[in-house]
Amino acid sequence: MFLLAHLSGDPALLMASPDAKPEDIEALRVLLGLKKPLHVQFWLFISKAVQGDFGTSIRWGKPCLEVWLTRFPNTLLLGGAAITFTLLIGIPTGILSAVRAGGWFDNFGKAFALAGQSMPVFWVGIMLMLLFSVILRWLPTSGMGSWQHLLMPAFTLGWYFTAAITRLSRSAMLDILDSEYIKMARIKGVPEILVILKHGFRNAMIPVVTLAALNIVTLLNGTVITETVFNWPGIGRLIVDSIFARDYPMVQTCVLVSSALFIFTNLIVDILYAYIDPRIKYQ
Amino acid sequence: MLNFQPDKEAKETIQVLDRFRLIKMRRVIRGIPWIPVAILFLFLFCGIFGSYITPNDPMKTNLKAAKTPPFWQKGGSTKYLLGTDSFGRDILSRIIKGAAISLQVGFAVVVFAGALGAMIALLSGYLGGWVDAVLMRITDMFLSMPYLMIAIALAAVLGPSKHNIILIMAILGWAGYARVLRGEVLRIKGADFIKLAIVARAGKARIMLRHIFPNIVNTLVVLATLQLGIVIIMESSLSFLGLGVPPPEPAWGSMVADGRIMMFTAWWISTWPGIAILLVVLSCNLLGDWLRVRLDPKFRQL
Repeated sequence: MFLLAHLSGDPALLMASPDAKPEDIEALRVLLGLKKPLHVQFWLFISKAVQGDFGTSIRWGKPCLEVWLTRFPNTLLLGGAAITFTLLIGIPTGILSAVRAGGWFDNFGKAFALAGQSMPVFWVGIMLMLLFSVILRWLPTSGMGSWQHLLMPAFTLGWYFTAAITRLSRSAMLDILDSEYIKMARIKGVPEILVILKHGFRNAMIPVVTLAALNIVTLLNGTVITETVFNWPGIGRLIVDSIFARDYPMVQTCVLVSSALFIFTNLIVDILYAYIDPRIKYQ
Repeated sequence: MLNFQPDKEAKETIQVLDRFRLIKMRRVIRGIPWIPVAILFLFLFCGIFGSYITPNDPMKTNLKAAKTPPFWQKGGSTKYLLGTDSFGRDILSRIIKGAAISLQVGFAVVVFAGALGAMIALLSGYLGGWVDAVLMRITDMFLSMPYLMIAIALAAVLGPSKHNIILIMAILGWAGYARVLRGEVLRIKGADFIKLAIVARAGKARIMLRHIFPNIVNTLVVLATLQLGIVIIMESSLSFLGLGVPPPEPAWGSMVADGRIMMFTAWWISTWPGIAILLVVLSCNLLGDWLRVRLDPKFRQL
């Protein structure tokens, strides 16, 4: 990552104004430490990164980590809203599909999930904007502010995830409804709605919740696109903006910190997984 | 007197077998999802012969005809069936031309990533031991990375070009194959015919390539078909961000991006390329699901 970043062009040339004298550019290179040999730069970068110093953003003139931290809450808010959306739509849809398996609702849900997974996220976002902002004029197109600003980006970000959750809760519910204790409950004369909500739902949610947790990190991938489409000031857009500004310390920081976060969350969820579902035992 | 006519018996048996084969063939043919296959062939045709069948030059700008709506809307003309973009370029022609880019990138990535993934799965699954441990940890690492973020960063650094996009996505895309195919290899490894091959002193490379590989091809094909859709979406995402195939070339993703700012005045610029992506990817997914059920009964539960 570090080495590749250096191949993308000379940041000193980019930072200096077009009419800067050659000696000014040279001075800037010395200031940024670009004159030292590559392996020395790399070592400096790694040793500082471990201490929490990721260098200074070329474009913002502030420490990279600081810029990252100011943007992170926005991404977190967007991600949280997306997950809420996903669970609110996905789980009921999945359960209804399972209860009436093979019915029109089930088929409709299946078709919708399949079509949904075949659409690129950015296009979904733009089509939503077209519908709700341009034609219906209900919601603002982009930016951040009121809760109305949050609706479309969150829905877009949760788009793929919703299909996955729907399929998962459908198959989990189908498995449960087929089990002995559900038959037992029915024989006892428990009303069907209680059978589904009390006996079925609770047990079906175990795999859904755990797998939802496992998949939360994949949302991070979607933020780059979603935030760009909706001009949401989060980490995803920070990366894209920094790339075009050739602000390579910032790109490095974003990718490194976000990847670390991603892998760390994966690890935590993996460990928690065993606690949430006691049937799973790691050797 | 024996009334036994071996030739006749055999002939009848063959006839019966033929009839069975015919019935089976018919069932397979009837089962093929024709609509997705037709859509894929249509786009494939566009991709190969794109330059010959476009109604207008996809690169030619015509500012006088900029933002012409589709032909059924007021102000639209049948010269530009789906309308034109902000530079007056014909959208239909650009979609036809753009099919080549999406499909080239898609097929190339699937072939490279599939080959790499299959190779790693064979080595890892068959050799076992420390090779397996090392290769699988690397696979885990690749699987747990935020691939889109890394693809974006790499694309920015290497510079946007078709070859770089293919390279990046192939490097990031093999891990899924390796994980699934390794399981297959482990299952096949225990089979009797492998033991017989070992007894017959077949070399390790020979066993992997001649005895195990043909048995994982089915799964490989299913995975590849399903990945084709994902790769096309990823390619268009990169183009959308301006990190895919560079601008004058009509990539579907960058066409959607072109229309984003013009949304209030020209809805068609973003809409059509997105529908093209949707059709291709949906077809891949449907075909992949069908192949999965056909070729691999084990997956039917999934």
